[in-house]
Amino acid sequence: MMKNKKEIDQVINKFNGKNGALIPLLQEVQALESYLSKETMRYISEKTGIKIAQIYGVATFYTMFRLKPQGKHIIRVCQGTACHVSGANQILKEIRDELKLDGEEDTTKDGRFTLMEVACLGCCSLAPVIMVNDETHGKLTPEKIPNILKKYD
Amino acid sequence: MSFTIKVGLASCGLAAGAGDVYHSIEKYLKENKIKAELKKTACIGMCFAEPLVEFINEHNESITYGYVETEQIGDLIESYRNDKLSTENCILSNKIDGSENENLKNQKRIVLRNCGIIDPESIDDFLENGGYQALQKVLKEYKQEDVISVIKASGLRGRGGAGFPTGMKWDFAYKAQSDKKYIICNADEGDPGAFMDRSVLEGDPHNVIEGMIIGAYAIGADEGYIYCRAEYPLAIKHLKKAIQDATEKGFIGKNILETDFSFDLHIKEGAGAFVCGEETALMASIEGERGMPRIRPPFPAQSGLWGKPTNINNVETFANISWIINNGAEEYRKYGTEKSPGTKVFALAGKIKNSGLIEVPMGTPLRKVIYDVGGGMKTEKPFKGVQLGGPSGGCIPKELLDTVVDYDSINKTGAIMGSGGMVVMDESTCMVDVAHFFLDFTQKESCGKCTFCRIGTKRMLEILTRITEGKGKMEDLDTLEELAKNIIKGSLCGLGQTAPNPVLTTLRYFKEEYKAHILDHTCPAGVCTSLQKYEIDPEKCTGCTLCTKKCPVNAISGNVREPHVIDQEKCIKCGVCFDVCRFDAVKKS
Repeated sequence: MMKNKKEIDQVINKFNGKNGALIPLLQEVQALESYLSKETMRYISEKTGIKIAQIYGVATFYTMFRLKPQGKHIIRVCQGTACHVSGANQILKEIRDELKLDGEEDTTKDGRFTLMEVACLGCCSLAPVIMVNDETHGKLTPEKIPNILKKYD
Repeated sequence: MSFTIKVGLASCGLAAGAGDVYHSIEKYLKENKIKAELKKTACIGMCFAEPLVEFINEHNESITYGYVETEQIGDLIESYRNDKLSTENCILSNKIDGSENENLKNQKRIVLRNCGIIDPESIDDFLENGGYQALQKVLKEYKQEDVISVIKASGLRGRGGAGFPTGMKWDFAYKAQSDKKYIICNADEGDPGAFMDRSVLEGDPHNVIEGMIIGAYAIGADEGYIYCRAEYPLAIKHLKKAIQDATEKGFIGKNILETDFSFDLHIKEGAGAFVCGEETALMASIEGERGMPRIRPPFPAQSGLWGKPTNINNVETFANISWIINNGAEEYRKYGTEKSPGTKVFALAGKIKNSGLIEVPMGTPLRKVIYDVGGGMKTEKPFKGVQLGGPSGGCIPKELLDTVVDYDSINKTGAIMGSGGMVVMDESTCMVDVAHFFLDFTQKESCGKCTFCRIGTKRMLEILTRITEGKGKMEDLDTLEELAKNIIKGSLCGLGQTAPNPVLTTLRYFKEEYKAHILDHTCPAGVCTSLQKYEIDPEKCTGCTLCTKKCPVNAISGNVREPHVIDQEKCIKCGVCFDVCRFDAVKKS
């Protein structure tokens, strides 16, 4: 169910009829809903007249758009070159162990965290780096992970 | 005495804890009623020593301390006030010894001239440092053609990677006939290992904007976009503030500085797609489509955004413009080489001591960049190679360290200058793994339009995976080269055309390492996990049983207080036993 129908309507009205508005429109809707459900995309299509296939096409093309419900806190593990050569995989493994995420799972059962791997956060000089929500943590070792995660509940 | 304290609050500083340092200083000054001005700045490039705190007195004598922790704030301020200047952790100074004073002397800062010095959120700071003077000069004294001829004369080449002459690009867009033209700043810095554009946008956003306005005037555009990665929230914040302030001061908007020239500027946030760094894909993304490249010609200068003539330049290219206008093309040509004038910003990362941002004249040898400016290797392990140009670039071995940095010399090695990411690697880096890493990246980021790029990179990746698992064959190396050739030929945009570069350069310079993986089933650097072997040293094992308990596949057996053994058939090489052993008895080979 869409939780923020009124706000979504406002976003749609703000962008409606403007050139090239689909991506910022979806970005703002996602900011409200935390992800883009089929229902939400269908609703946007009805309201704007943009074909649902085009909306889905754009939503699946860009990695920032999420099609599943997300945890309360988003952990982005940097997989850039500098982080890779400085042991980003050990950091990733430690987070997975700490959050008890198996296999392909990316969201914890209690909905506290969603784990994502991202290309490069641009803080290469402090590699390896992770970003929790908007906060960047650098010069990491697996030992530092539990304490960082504790800060977010 | 009155003095100023500046704290570097760019992304790198914040990640190292500069936010807390700033608040501690603020609190300390207030509680102790100390009269000092506390200012925010961005990144001076010495990211390895963050958080950085600079003290400046009224005689402009400056001391910058690095590795500052909140606990030492009081001591640091008091010793400064009592003139007991400590040289410990002093990074830069024009008064006392700073560990990086020489490092800075080896640089020439044109693009980064204000970074880490001014407050990026203050337009007044920028104006005091000569900001928007180039724009005023251009609007008062220059015809459109004059601007283009200055830029042509300067020899400035596009800093996004390809190195196309900027003046010529502007000329194409200027000559295109249309009622509407656009100018775009490509700030979709997607290369992993590169953070030049982020630092420039965070540290000196007005400089980029001024370059864009001058460019817009030259080609006759009245609207512009900055396409910035959404992964750079601080850069976007500073840009938004800068555009707002510049609009209020009349540098953006209708009839700029009371001339007929009008210009509007917008920010478009990317949504996470590496291919959008390619200019035609970027324009598709601004139009709200999937970011897939288009066939050229027509080139953007004829038919770009919404079919109108469009000029796209990179952040660093725009950041050079105002300096060139203010100082002249001849002065600019004093730096760099005949064919690659000016300077280049590099992001140093990896196994290098001084990781961070530097700007050196083109033509500087790689050896000098790494050892004199970058301070050499971080650990005692010897230098093995340097990766230039991200996923489109290549690895340059130590035999070629005397290569100078300019577009043509770097291209000869098989790497490319790229946007300026420089990742230094030592003996603990496996080059097959590095090639695998980059190909994995481009394979995931391929938009899927061209068959060779979409499927070819996938096949190459499968072969590389096989090699890193010790299951490769010597014929695989020929297949890799053949696939690479076809992907280069059969791809529409730069992503596919350059995707094989990391594989080709490592094959060229580090073939022995590929052979070791294939023929001897070993990874000389000890990185490829499938090729690792864990064994227990019976001399050191005390039989504490800890590893037995932690092993996820029950591969370790043995009686209490007797040496244990790992069953190699069962072992999945996860390394848990190696990590948990308290007696250093588990050996990795």
